[in-house]
This record gives sequence, C-alpha cells and structure tokens, in this order.
Amino acid sequence: MTRISVTVDGVESTDEVEPRTLLVQYLREARGRTGTPVGCDTSNCGACTVLVDGRAVKSCALLAVQADGREVTTVQGLSNGALHPVQRAFHERHALQCGYCTPGMIMAAVDLLRETPDPTEQEVREGLEGNLCRCTGYQNIVAAVRDAAAELRGAS
Amino acid sequence: MIPVGFEYSRPSTVEEAVAALAADPDAKVLAGGQSLLPVLRLRLAAPTTLVDLRDVESLHGVRVAGDDLVIGAMTTHDEILHDARVAEHAPLIAAATATVGDRQVRHLGTFGGSLSHADPAGDLPAVACALDATMVAVGPNGRREIPAADFFVDYLTTALAPDEILVEVRVPDTAGWGHRYEKFNRMAQAWSIVGVAALVRRVDGGVTDTRVALTNMGRRPVRATAVERALTGTAGDAGAVTAAAGHADEGAEPPSDVNGAADYRAHLSRVLTRRALTVAVGA
Ligand SMILES: Cc1cc2nc3c(=O)[nH]c(=O)nc-3n(C[C@H](O)[C@H](O)[C@H](O)COP(=O)(O)OP(=O)(O)OC[C@H]3O[C@@H](n4cnc5c(N)ncnc54)[C@H](O)[C@@H]3O)c2cc1C
Ligand code: FES
Ligand code: FES
Repeated sequence: MTRISVTVDGVESTDEVEPRTLLVQYLREARGRTGTPVGCDTSNCGACTVLVDGRAVKSCALLAVQADGREVTTVQGLSNGALHPVQRAFHERHALQCGYCTPGMIMAAVDLLRETPDPTEQEVREGLEGNLCRCTGYQNIVAAVRDAAAELRGAS
Repeated sequence: MIPVGFEYSRPSTVEEAVAALAADPDAKVLAGGQSLLPVLRLRLAAPTTLVDLRDVESLHGVRVAGDDLVIGAMTTHDEILHDARVAEHAPLIAAATATVGDRQVRHLGTFGGSLSHADPAGDLPAVACALDATMVAVGPNGRREIPAADFFVDYLTTALAPDEILVEVRVPDTAGWGHRYEKFNRMAQAWSIVGVAALVRRVDGGVTDTRVALTNMGRRPVRATAVERALTGTAGDAGAVTAAAGHADEGAEPPSDVNGAADYRAHLSRVLTRRALTVAVGA
C-alpha cells in the first residue's frame, strides 16, 4: 500500500491505496465521487475525464498514486450549488441523451474553453476529439459548448 | 480491467531511478502512462515494479545548448506544443505532436515515453529519425548517446537496456527548413495508418537537403532515402516532388492489418510523401 494525499473537489484527504488503483477507481470507491463514470478499457472514450491541476486527463489512464499531491476536479466539483455555465448550456441545449459521456464531455469542454475562450465550431469538434458520444451525434454538444463560451466570455 | 499488482517507486534523481530499475529485472519506467496504463489494464504486460519519473526534475523541460535543442524525456506533448523554442528550432516536432491523440492524452503523455515505447504507429519516432536526433540514455554504466537511426530496433523495441533510462533528446536546429508532418487516419484521436515526416532545405531556390521518414511503414520508422536522393539537387518544382515521392515505399515492408493492406499503405506513402514535400519545399 502507498499513502497518498489528494485534494478532490476542494477536500484534501490522505489514504492508503494499492499502487495499481486507477485514479477513477479511487475517486469513485474511496472518495465517493461516482459522478465520474468508466466507459471503456482502452482509454479512448473520455467518459472518465477530470481535471488534474486544472488540466483535463482521463482518470482511467492515471494511477491514483500519480495524483499524489495534486488537485483533482470532477464534474461534481465544478461549482457550488448552481450549475456551471457549461453544465447549464448542456441542459438548455439538450446536449445529452443517455448522459453517460456527459461528465467527461463537460470536463473536456471546460478545459478547451480555458485554452480557447472563443472556439469555432471546428475547434470545438477537434477540442473534444478525445470524448466519444454514442447517442447525440455531437450537434447539440457543439452548440452547448459555444453557448457556454459566449456566457463565460461575458462573465469575465 | 484493473492492472495486476505491482510495487511503486517515485525516485527524485536519475541515479535513484536507475538503481530502482536495476534492483528488479521486471521493473518498468512509468512516464505519462498513456501507453503503459492501457497495456497494463489489458494485462498485456505485468511489470512487478513501476518506477515513476515524474519527480525527477532534470528530465522535464526544453533548453537550447549550442546548436541543439535539448528536450527532456518527461516533457509532455502539451508542453512541447506551447514551447517557443520548439516552434523556432524544430517546428516539425510541434506539427507532429499536435496530431498525437487528444488533449487529455497530450496533457500526460511525454516526448520520451513516445520514443521509448517505439510503437510503429507512433508519430514521433519517424520525426526523430527525420531530424537525425540523438537519444541520451543513462544506465548503471553511465551515460551514452544513441543516434535515432540506431535507437528504434524493432516493434515496441528500442536500443535501451532494461535498466537504462532515456533522459533527453538532442535535436539539431532546423530553423528555416521547410517542414510537414502528413498523417493519414480515419478518425479524430486515432493513430497513423501511415504518416510522413518531411524536411527540406533550399538555398537560392535549389534543394540542398531532404529528409523523409515514414510512420507505420514497417516494424520501425523508415528513412525514405531514395526520395531524399531524388529530390536533393533539384529545383524543388512540382515535377521533381512528384518524381521523388514515387520512391517513397522503396525498401519499406509495410504491415497488413485491420486498417489497411500492405499495398494500400505503399500507395498511401507515395501520395502522402508528395503532399508532405509539396508543403515542405514551400511555394
Ligand atoms: C487514446 C490514445 C490515443 C493516442 N494516439 C496517439 C497518436 O495518435 N500518436 C502517437 O504517437 N501516440 C498516441 N498515443 C500514445 C501517446 O503518445 C503516449 O503518450 C506515448 O505513446 C507514451 O508516452 P507516455 O509518456 O505516456 O509513456 P508511458 O506510457 O508511461 O510509457 C511507454 C513505454 O515507454 C517506457 N518509457 C517511458 N519513458 C521512458 C524513459 N524516459 N526511459 C525509458 N523508458 C521509458 C515505459 O516503460 C513504457 O514501456 C495515444 C494514446 C492514447 C491513450
Ligand atoms: S473510461 Fe474510457 S477513457 Fe477512461
Ligand atoms: S449521451 Fe449517450 S453517450 Fe453521449
């Protein structure tokens, strides 16, 4: 077992983990952040995307021990109470059907907008290339991200 | 799936890391984990110790040393994309890195990890070969330099010994050269079916140097020497480019797999080489 300290959605905790524990497992099983799902075995789908020190990563492609000393933000920690602009835009644009890809899509979109505050449609599509959706056909997801971008620019 | 159990060590110096590798013959280096963790999750490998290099400060970052750009093995793809020195001295690396995986993969995956993994479909090994880069490795017997041409030995196999670590890559300056990484894949985020790394230097219009290396046209990156010879010394006009590109698959032994048959890859290599050179010679 290895001792790690990880801040998850603003709360720091020290835990003993087996080195082979994936970050996503640690988040779900040790920290109760079940808002982050697992969608594949190959690190392709992006459903498990979270921010580590503010950068989007696939939490199934990272060991919990690699997050030692880092700050993790899951979809559950994006905002306090009210919805984050990206979450609200996904809701208003109906950018989901089954919702399985949604937490990862939202986290990847937040990361994209950090780097590119005013993305074109093409930039949104390329920026979310690491996230697969089997339901929506992406159209409303792209629209939601561009709505959220406009709102975030207005707010800052 | 969850990987088989292993020990974890996180040294803070290269010497400690080499000692940790030497202490367990089944130990493996962990860099960004973007190739290793999927392999461990599919249980295609079961190392008994992972030696995480993240805290070895000397392996991170980019610097200029004399005429060379020196890229630390642990420099991430994302850091490469945002580095002004890479953009100036080795823009081919930035261009190819932009095509690697997706933003999540680029945040964690490293330059050194991509080279050490030596996946024939990986984009950066061919780029390192085209640039005539030099790999710097450290093991129990000290430091040694390995030219890119000798570094990639076979499928997923490099010249690194099991207890050696790739510490940095020295890249000769190609500022002012025309460059292009031409990648063919069918989906966003996907690996190259074939990729072409091209560099061209022109003096007073004439082509004085040509470097072309191919991704996924064999078990290791292939230098398209026949193309290089054919274009060098010409005026770099469209006719010369087309004629040179026709030699792209000479001597290559492309694989046949679900993404394409060998003859299809051979065709792709000629088409992509023409496109890459057309950009690299400049208008
Ligand atoms: C969804 C997805 C898509 C991808 N698409 C592409 C793509 O299009 N093109 C592409 O080129 N790559 C792609 N990759 C792979 C990515 O580029 C990885 O970052 C890279 O292959 C490995 O780098 P890493 O730092 O993650 O290494 P790791 O996964 O940590 O290590 C890979 C191997 O190299 C060894 N190693 C790592 N660093 C060193 C070192 N310094 N010294 C000695 N040995 C070392 C490890 O022991 C291991 O065997 C993709 C990955 C994923 C998950
Ligand atoms: S679960 Fe599919 S990328 Fe992580
Ligand atoms: S909404 Fe079902 S996978 Fe995207």
